[in-house]
Amino acid sequence: MNLTRNRHTARSRRNNKIATFGFYALGALVMLLIFWLLFTILSKGLPQLRPEFLVRLPEEIDPGGGIGPVLFNSFYILFISLLISIPVGVGAGIYMAEYAPDNRFTGALRICVESLSSVPSIVFGLLGLAIFAEYFGIGLTILGGGVSLALLNLPMLARVTEEAVRAVPGDIREAGYALGMTKFHVIRKVVLPVALPAIVTGICLVAGRAFGESAVIILTAGLSTSGEMWDFNLFSPGETLAVHLWYVQSEAIVEDARQIADKSAAVLVFVVLLINFMFRFPLWLGNRKKGH
Amino acid sequence: MGAPVQSLASQTPNKAEHSIINEKRHRRHLLGNRLSRYYFFFSILALCLVLGLVIVFIGKTALLLFGDVSPAEFFLSFNWTPEEEVFGAAAFIVNTLILTALTLLIAVPVSVGMAVLCAEIAPKWMKSFIRPVLDLLVGIPSIVYGYLGLTVLLPFLRRISGEGLGDGVLAAALVLALMVLPTICRISDDAIVAVPRKFRDAAYALGSTRLQVIMRVVLPAAKRGIISAVILGMTRAVGETMAVVMVIGNTPQLAKSLFTPSSVLTSNIVMQISNVEFESTWNYALHMMAFLLLLISFVLILIIRVLGRKRGDA
Repeated sequence: MNLTRNRHTARSRRNNKIATFGFYALGALVMLLIFWLLFTILSKGLPQLRPEFLVRLPEEIDPGGGIGPVLFNSFYILFISLLISIPVGVGAGIYMAEYAPDNRFTGALRICVESLSSVPSIVFGLLGLAIFAEYFGIGLTILGGGVSLALLNLPMLARVTEEAVRAVPGDIREAGYALGMTKFHVIRKVVLPVALPAIVTGICLVAGRAFGESAVIILTAGLSTSGEMWDFNLFSPGETLAVHLWYVQSEAIVEDARQIADKSAAVLVFVVLLINFMFRFPLWLGNRKKGH
Repeated sequence: MGAPVQSLASQTPNKAEHSIINEKRHRRHLLGNRLSRYYFFFSILALCLVLGLVIVFIGKTALLLFGDVSPAEFFLSFNWTPEEEVFGAAAFIVNTLILTALTLLIAVPVSVGMAVLCAEIAPKWMKSFIRPVLDLLVGIPSIVYGYLGLTVLLPFLRRISGEGLGDGVLAAALVLALMVLPTICRISDDAIVAVPRKFRDAAYALGSTRLQVIMRVVLPAAKRGIISAVILGMTRAVGETMAVVMVIGNTPQLAKSLFTPSSVLTSNIVMQISNVEFESTWNYALHMMAFLLLLISFVLILIIRVLGRKRGDA
């Protein structure tokens, strides 16, 4: 009897080869699709991009409008939201990783964080609308947008911090305790410096997502700007770039709306990629050096 | 015997001073330790408070709806004509379910296939290329996906199908599939990598081909993780707003075919919320729809938790 080659094994081997080829083909197709999409977005917008487009005011009727104030608002709202969410989110992550005892209460806290991270962004928009526009009656403002966006960021920040802090090896903590350091001192001087690269990466991820977020901003910061560049007033309406892309695409009547949308989309993706790479790149470089 | 005492005495003021400084520092450290503990604890409580705020603010307004409209009408009627005070949200609910199912139908085979490729088949350099690229896909804003759907996918669908507009659940499902792909893929990838090496070795020792190992050993062993990944993808698909709004057509009717312009819970909320008075039945109905979204995502998260706990026991 020939054990190594009969019809059954031959078929299995053939199937195996076909499947391997299939998996590779699938991978190649998906990769091609992703690069083609990125290329489409960037190539439509970036070549036509002029520096003055980034600082000029948007136009309602005449062609040639820019995205100055909305781009500024994007960064301003992102800054406000991070200012609020980083201290609380990172604090919550440290609590879950370092302090939380293993009991029912911690389980409940964990369910809270997970539920919060699953809340659809549009619901945060409604919450912001209810709190700022209805309860405080200040209407659609940069402040409302920033705070609502901060709420959206919180659970994700907590999660990335917790993972980063948990990944710090336990023995270097014990070395700290053996020197008589308090728990906080160990966290501040030993754990956080080690976990910092991972936390920074996480924050970049969150910032990139927040920069492109539109559902929350559309409901809390509105579809218009104050019409001035460099408007730091927290109470003026704060349309961001992502919302502007939506506005130009759906409601604007200027004749070059299509070009503005193309360029805005390209700028949006470019900035998000930049946020993702800019901070990670030095860390990645550092890791490579350490690795060799 | 006198000398040591004297030297001790001469050192005493100095040492006392030193120990006072030390004690101050020690106290400061203890205080910082205690305060920081409270700070971290209050941070996590703040997160829970936000969750409470979400539930209370949305739920409070949502429940006002049932003072004006009966639950039976809201959940079972397909007629949404808010101008005439008719609030039947069944079409949105069913559309959301259809859209999610269609999205997963497209996304799950592709993402699990990619996960298998990443975890089992591809050589190392290819893994370290595919994984960051998928992360890149997560970073692209949802509004850009919607814009691409509008400018690239819809003309394409129009040409293929010969339909006049091309928008509808199929277009939305294709866009959403691309958006949930990295989520499902990366988590399934982790689940597959976590399958112990010895399972594979045993199967190979019995003479299995790689395909047989994947289909009969690795995927069944990673089943729970993959299901969690799919459910997590589902929460993203259910809650996604802006990408869907741009390609689904925004007409409050049941999606009878793949190209019927229709509307889901999220897209209807964002399209109409800015036009309504706060103290109106219309607004309450929109909040009720948001509350439904909230409930759906909580249920999905609970399912993931139950799955995860069982895996932990095994």
